[in-house]
Amino acid sequence: MVLRFGVKVPSGRTSTKQGVYPSCGRCAFHSELLLKLQLESNPQALGLVRAAVERATELLHFPEEESRAIVRSVDEALANVIRHAYQGKSGQPIEVTCRHLHGTQNEVCTTGLEIVLQDSGVPADPRKMKGRSLDELRPGGLGLHFMRQSMDEVEFSRKKGKNQLRLVKYLAPAASAAASEGE
Amino acid sequence: MQIVARAIKGWTILDLSGDIDLAHSPAMRKALLGEIKEKRIPKVFLNLKNVRYIDSSGIASLVEGLKASRDQGSRLILYGLSTSVREVMQLSRLQKIFEIYEDEEQALAS
Repeated sequence: MVLRFGVKVPSGRTSTKQGVYPSCGRCAFHSELLLKLQLESNPQALGLVRAAVERATELLHFPEEESRAIVRSVDEALANVIRHAYQGKSGQPIEVTCRHLHGTQNEVCTTGLEIVLQDSGVPADPRKMKGRSLDELRPGGLGLHFMRQSMDEVEFSRKKGKNQLRLVKYLAPAASAAASEGE
Repeated sequence: MQIVARAIKGWTILDLSGDIDLAHSPAMRKALLGEIKEKRIPKVFLNLKNVRYIDSSGIASLVEGLKASRDQGSRLILYGLSTSVREVMQLSRLQKIFEIYEDEEQALAS
């Protein structure tokens, strides 16, 4: 089950894919901007974005394995923008925004990292966003699979002529508490 | 990313280092297919000990290399996978498809 802020869970507790979170007792829902990157559709920029996102995951105390999964998901998403939305054309605008999500509901709270990628490329085709069977040995088609395996939320949308991809990963309870104490 | 080729016993070892991503996977693909399809080397080893990161485009190049080696009747052997690379192989369900060894000694003895 995936938490969506503002949606009441019938059990009276806040639930996510990873569990129920104890309240830190002081936080109301907020979304804090951690990072905003404006870059061009150049594959050489991928390494820079990976480094920045990795640092953001460290700030929020994500475990190493989850940090690698988040970085991998953002990298794959960006590579898809470059290859598909911009069809390999360099110099096109991409915006990457990272926010620290922290919310409380019914006296329980959770924290997470939201990454939003926005581009002005050709509209994404939902029919091509289903991934593929891994039983077949062939190159390609794995990026979306990596994202869906690693992230709690993966949402595509088209807004004001732009593609928007929203990725969210929530922290497990122990790490979530550590992140709250570190604020 | 850097690629250094070594010749041992008529085989080729490609020592890779750095990140294999969309920017660098074409160079790896070219080097790999050059050894397998053009030079027809019977065993090609990829030393991934110093590869910090591999993305789906890098995995796609490895799959292409594996298919080419099967077509040629040769072998593509990987060794020295980091935790990060191993995770990606598992996510792709390829860890049992490729020949993978812990280190160079084991790989060369295979």
